[in-house]
Amino acid sequence: MTPSPTRVLVAMSGGVDSSVAAALLRDAGHDVTGVTLKLWGGDSDSGCCSAADVEDARRVAAQLDIPHYVFNFADEFDSRVVGPYVDAYADGRTPNPCVECNRSIKFGRLLERADALGFAAVATGHHARVRRDTGGSWQLLRGSDVAKDQSYVLYMLGQAELGRTLLPVGELTKAQVREHAARLRLRTAGKAESMDVCFITRGGREEFVTARAGTSPGTVVDGDGAVIDRHDGVTGFTIGQRRGVGVATGERRYVVDLDAATATVTLGRRDDLLRDAVELRDLCFVDGAPGPADRVDVQVRAHGATMEGRLDGTCVWFERPQARVAPGQVVALYDGDTLLGGGIAT
Amino acid sequence: MAYLDYAATTPMYPEAVAAMEPFLSDTFGNPSGAHAAARAAKTSLEEAREQIAAALGAEPSDIVLTGGGTEADNLAVKGAARAARDAGNGDGVVTTAFEHKGVLAPCERLARDGFRVTRAPVNAAGIVDLDALEAALDDRTVVVSVMLVNNEVGTIQPLADVAALVRARAPRAVLHTDAVQAVPWLDVTEAAASADLVSVSAHKFGGPKGVGALVRRGDVPIEPLIEGGGQEWGLRSGTANVAGAVGMAEALRVTARRRAEEVARIRPLRDRLAAGLVERVPGCFVNGDPTRKIVGNCHVGFPGVEAETLLVALDRDGVCAAAGSSCTSGATEPSHVLEAMGVPRDAALASIRLSLGYMSTGVDVDTALELIPRAVEQLRPAVSASR
Repeated sequence: MTPSPTRVLVAMSGGVDSSVAAALLRDAGHDVTGVTLKLWGGDSDSGCCSAADVEDARRVAAQLDIPHYVFNFADEFDSRVVGPYVDAYADGRTPNPCVECNRSIKFGRLLERADALGFAAVATGHHARVRRDTGGSWQLLRGSDVAKDQSYVLYMLGQAELGRTLLPVGELTKAQVREHAARLRLRTAGKAESMDVCFITRGGREEFVTARAGTSPGTVVDGDGAVIDRHDGVTGFTIGQRRGVGVATGERRYVVDLDAATATVTLGRRDDLLRDAVELRDLCFVDGAPGPADRVDVQVRAHGATMEGRLDGTCVWFERPQARVAPGQVVALYDGDTLLGGGIAT
Repeated sequence: MAYLDYAATTPMYPEAVAAMEPFLSDTFGNPSGAHAAARAAKTSLEEAREQIAAALGAEPSDIVLTGGGTEADNLAVKGAARAARDAGNGDGVVTTAFEHKGVLAPCERLARDGFRVTRAPVNAAGIVDLDALEAALDDRTVVVSVMLVNNEVGTIQPLADVAALVRARAPRAVLHTDAVQAVPWLDVTEAAASADLVSVSAHKFGGPKGVGALVRRGDVPIEPLIEGGGQEWGLRSGTANVAGAVGMAEALRVTARRRAEEVARIRPLRDRLAAGLVERVPGCFVNGDPTRKIVGNCHVGFPGVEAETLLVALDRDGVCAAAGSSCTSGATEPSHVLEAMGVPRDAALASIRLSLGYMSTGVDVDTALELIPRAVEQLRPAVSASR
């Protein structure tokens, strides 16, 4: 954490992590201002930006005696997060909207606005740690609570962002965060965690996506091309998803391919999913790319285990074949606890 | 601190606070009761009603006390429309595109309930298009609602002209006006004389929050929204807010007494503020025809600056201003008023409302003229560099 007092804008979602982030920064002597982002104009049940969450953030800010504002980024959220999310599913990919929100909104629009207003840094409640190495470069490390680590969804942060980013709760375990909130009697101390995509309503993802993208029915085929079923749209499928049991063999079957252009879903055996490599786009590195000979730890899920691999150009080669990464998912590269960067699987 | 948000709310007149005090302590009776404590409250409530009626150019029996301006708007629009449809008089509702949400939302509700709702367009100056309004009227129109003063850009609507059209083209229609923003600046006994229903809200003119009134002339039929003990002529049940009514009456009295003087005092302050901003900030523009707005309103835009960001910078400097229309979350929503006036979205999102009132002084204007151009200048390079 930056040692000298500085003007910090804390993104407060109304949850416990960002509440404690604001408290820690205030108690460290920083000049702290809270902001809650209004991201979604539509209905939301699990929403990260419901009126009740804004009220929680406002009340915590009042308890901490810091100014609090609401920024309306609903237009940008729709064009840069929700729109691409829907397009991705319609195109047979499996997007990660939290990543795009971090990239475009929290560490995009918000950072830009914080700069304009003369804030030295933006803080969030993410579980990850920002460090400066002996050479003066910024590093992003996994959060102290490995089970809650969120460095994966921050893979896009580079030197320009990390130098202006504070992640105080990354130094704590989730239990310590809650204890701290309880000690300060913050009203969000016992609040449940949001697990779902914040803008998806009760009807679920498929209903949301088809309401915006429409449906294009097609067929479900076996590896040999034989039609075994019909479907209402590829948006309901994800690569790697288990899908019933083979009639002849009794083996479990998985979605091994999606072709949005022909609305074809291909099923196969688990072995059919295995790949030696994954090709990435939107590659970003915290502090330069690893060399093609460097062994890196590859993480393809928000909370999944890592596997060994190497990055050669835009392609990650796995040490041992791995189940295919659904296009649209983040592939983050680490050296132990240190994030190196990553990209989006194609 | 420079408080420039009188259109949002005003500080209470000390006279209104003092008038209310007994009703927050000793005189606590329920005016609907049948004993000495009740009678004391009832007497004060009815005296307040008489004062309110006199200040609004109505009879005491015309005054329906409500929980504020939005409730008065709801009662007028929904209440009159439903009563008229029940009587078989028609199903047409005509309003403008830039009414307050207190009118627009009830109109949307009525549209869902099967009424024909038309929102007449407004021109770039911020005045309702009378030709379009006239074209929307017919003999099945039951409610016409046109605000007296727009809450964002401050423009005064030609209510007498609207009334003439309504009487000629829609003989069955009830004319409602939302006069919430008008009271400090216009004598509504004249300005709203042609309307059958008039909404006012006490906190916009030095009275308490949470109390307002609907003037109902000539026993216009209205279906109540809130039913119960039959208070307020059966149109708004619930134990009367005696302190609120007394506070509103006193605030109206003070407002009426000081109005001419205040209009004369504030006009040059507002003009200096608007002219000073236009002069000091390159590209600064004014929204709403300056010759047709209340003297307390200064609505200006600064191209290249996001209003939401500017408000934070100004708040830090101690300048209280507003943009768009605030919703309960505190987020700034893009202004439907500016959109209706045809202001491009970028310009609308770069616009803020500065509104003056009875405590405003030349020092506030000086402060604003020093701090606003400076804040705009500081925000501009950062925004243009990143785009």
